[in-house]
Amino acid sequence: MAETPDQRRNASGERGVVATDPALPPTAIDEEVREAEDRKWTPGKIALWAGIALLGGLAWFMLAIIRGETVNAIWFVFASVCTYLIGYRFYSKVIERYITRPDDRRATPAEYKADGKDYVRTDRNVLFGHHFAAIAGAGPLVGPVIAAQMGYLPGTIWIIIGVVLAGAVQDYLVMFFSMRRGGRSLGQMAREELGVIGGTAALIATLLIMVIIVAILALVVVNALGESPWGVFSVGLTIPIALFMGVYLRYLRPGKVMEVSLIGFVLLMAAIVGGGIVAETPWGADIFSLDKVTIAWGLIVYGFIAAILPVWLLLAPRDYLSTFMKIGVIVMLALAIIVVRPEITVPAFSEFASRDNGPVFPGALFPFLFVTIACGALSGFHALISSGTTPKLVEKERQTRFIGYGGMLMESFVAIMALVAAISIDRGLYFAMNSPAALTGGTVETAATWVNSLGLAGVNITPEFLSQTAANVGEESIVSRTGGAPTLAVGLAHIMQQFVGGTAMMAFWYHFAIMFEALFILTAVDAGTRVARFMLQDSIGNFVPKFKEHSWRPGAWLCTAIMVGAWGAVLLMGVTDPLGGINTLFPLFGIANQLLAAIALSVCLAIVAKRGTFKYLWIVALPLSFAAVVTITASYQKIFSSTPAVGYFANNAAFSKALAEGKTEFGTAKSVAAMEAVVRNTAIQGWLSVIFVVLSIIVIATALLATARAFRNRADGTAVQDNEDPALPSRVFAPAGIIPTPAERELMAEWDKVPAELRFERGGHH
Amino acid sequence: MAAGLAVLTRGVRGVARYFGGVLGADAYAKYLEHHRAAGHVDAPLTEREFWRDRTDRQDSNPQGRCC
Repeated sequence: MAETPDQRRNASGERGVVATDPALPPTAIDEEVREAEDRKWTPGKIALWAGIALLGGLAWFMLAIIRGETVNAIWFVFASVCTYLIGYRFYSKVIERYITRPDDRRATPAEYKADGKDYVRTDRNVLFGHHFAAIAGAGPLVGPVIAAQMGYLPGTIWIIIGVVLAGAVQDYLVMFFSMRRGGRSLGQMAREELGVIGGTAALIATLLIMVIIVAILALVVVNALGESPWGVFSVGLTIPIALFMGVYLRYLRPGKVMEVSLIGFVLLMAAIVGGGIVAETPWGADIFSLDKVTIAWGLIVYGFIAAILPVWLLLAPRDYLSTFMKIGVIVMLALAIIVVRPEITVPAFSEFASRDNGPVFPGALFPFLFVTIACGALSGFHALISSGTTPKLVEKERQTRFIGYGGMLMESFVAIMALVAAISIDRGLYFAMNSPAALTGGTVETAATWVNSLGLAGVNITPEFLSQTAANVGEESIVSRTGGAPTLAVGLAHIMQQFVGGTAMMAFWYHFAIMFEALFILTAVDAGTRVARFMLQDSIGNFVPKFKEHSWRPGAWLCTAIMVGAWGAVLLMGVTDPLGGINTLFPLFGIANQLLAAIALSVCLAIVAKRGTFKYLWIVALPLSFAAVVTITASYQKIFSSTPAVGYFANNAAFSKALAEGKTEFGTAKSVAAMEAVVRNTAIQGWLSVIFVVLSIIVIATALLATARAFRNRADGTAVQDNEDPALPSRVFAPAGIIPTPAERELMAEWDKVPAELRFERGGHH
Repeated sequence: MAAGLAVLTRGVRGVARYFGGVLGADAYAKYLEHHRAAGHVDAPLTEREFWRDRTDRQDSNPQGRCC
């Protein structure tokens, strides 16, 4: 590629570095024009934003201050959407102005590396949907449900405020910095910015965190499908459906993605309806009623096979199906909540908000609420998506604010809707569904007695109510269906049946919800296993070079087996855990996810400091310190707390002591084998917490060192080397946000007049 | 009536095109566009070859999906 002298970056800053082709119209809106447009407050604009602020304020007032007997779900929608709009319009612009400082005269990787395959300029609105589909999955649907134990307000505040100040900031910054580096991954950026120690710690932490996240997502699916012939049948059918779609796309009609997705969707609906019919028959109930351990083993075997099969056969088609469902489901959920507007009877703060012995997840509100809700407020996993794929598709630098920051706001909205769906069901039912069988006893009678004995205000359930609800949703039993997914499914069915179909349709909606959650999770499990396998192969490859050859079968199979074995072991541990599984493991999932966020934010902190932005460093430091304090406190309590329900080692010691005293049952473990299992599980969980937190502290410390070094270099005038790709002039223009501004429209009109042969880059490089 | 129908058809087409874009259904069209614009002299991949190549490259370059 020919270089012009102007393509060099100069050290003083980013303005005026790239000279674009004079034969073309400008590739960016003139700085002053944009400023003027931004700063010009017409009466209409003032009225609009005043209206948004007032509506948002009123909604927060209704949720947080009034807290009547009941509160209407619509206030959740207004509070969140108005806060998102304000955060997007004002806060993300502060970040853009002072931290990222995008320059539309620079070509993005999609332009200067354009290959028509991986690097392709993509329309901003399409890319927004694409990015959103990649970041949103089962996480935001599950965490808020589990956190509803504390009441609706703590979760709501954390989801909405957390996303504006932390989650969306992380996604936006990681995406922007990765884009400036040609779409490099988070791991590569960590290595470059933090050095070998920080980079290696980040890599190992990421690998372990992926294992935990995949295992716990799998646990959610197993809990939703255990003893549910309908669920097992219809979710099981997704495998042949995906295989058929894969063959169809490969051999019958290549490239007809829309067509095959529609066919797949119809087959999926048929699978749900068929599941209801099959589960009614004695043979269907007999074959497909599987216990959790069997399903877990099935999932492990499936995970291994899926990860070594070629992508076209299973992963790619299921990914289409899952994206298709994702967007459909979310639109449906939003419509249903806005149309039905259910009344919420859950209190703002429940009895468990001030205690640390909640049955759904143990631990005090701070820090455990903030790790229970990860996806939707701040999710470190997004950093892996925001670096890599999406930055290679961005058309113009300024669009990263809309795609990165805006995309995460959208996910947060999904989390709010999941919360609303979950709290619209009866509170007694919520606790009967989400408490482990060790507490509820597993039958409707014992569960009703136990829930009523909790002394929760306004809660009085009968065994008949529990069996009736189970019958309505087409399940054998709904007692102790932990993991969040079944609760959300009941909530969704409850709302949707008021919208379409009535009680007769409840079972369909319930299994529809279970189906899409399982679909999202299975896709994440597959993709996660593959990504982790490659990370492992590359790491081993540093010592045994043969492993770096990705096509070397024995290496690929061995690494896949190691990764599947690792998450499979954690999954089995969760399934057989006498203490319940979800309540002991879910905090570990949240801690892992938030630690990854701390790692990603550390990398961003070092980059921002190296760019010489010290005055506004707090924008990154704020979410980083919050994530660090929350996760380190949570890990500390998990490791050192003397309350057995909270501390892994305290629990370990209690059960070891009981065993040593020759007891044959202790607490919720009713046999010596169960007691031994608790001892083993708590030791593993405890040591995992230790490893996570140590690795993360190393990463954070190296990032702080890099930041301090950048500050020193700045003070004594040493040149700081940055790792960005060289700036190349852009030859295209596109608006930054969803709606083009008048100035952008004007410029677009100018570009429309440019003859086609001038408009696209003519590569001399082929 | 006919005008209304035309608007509706356009709307449905637009939505379908948007969904197609999000799913990545237009990848081959974009590849052809790039191929043309970049002034390659050799013939582009056929549709079948392109999709084959696309999924095969994903085998060794997997993309994460989030939780």
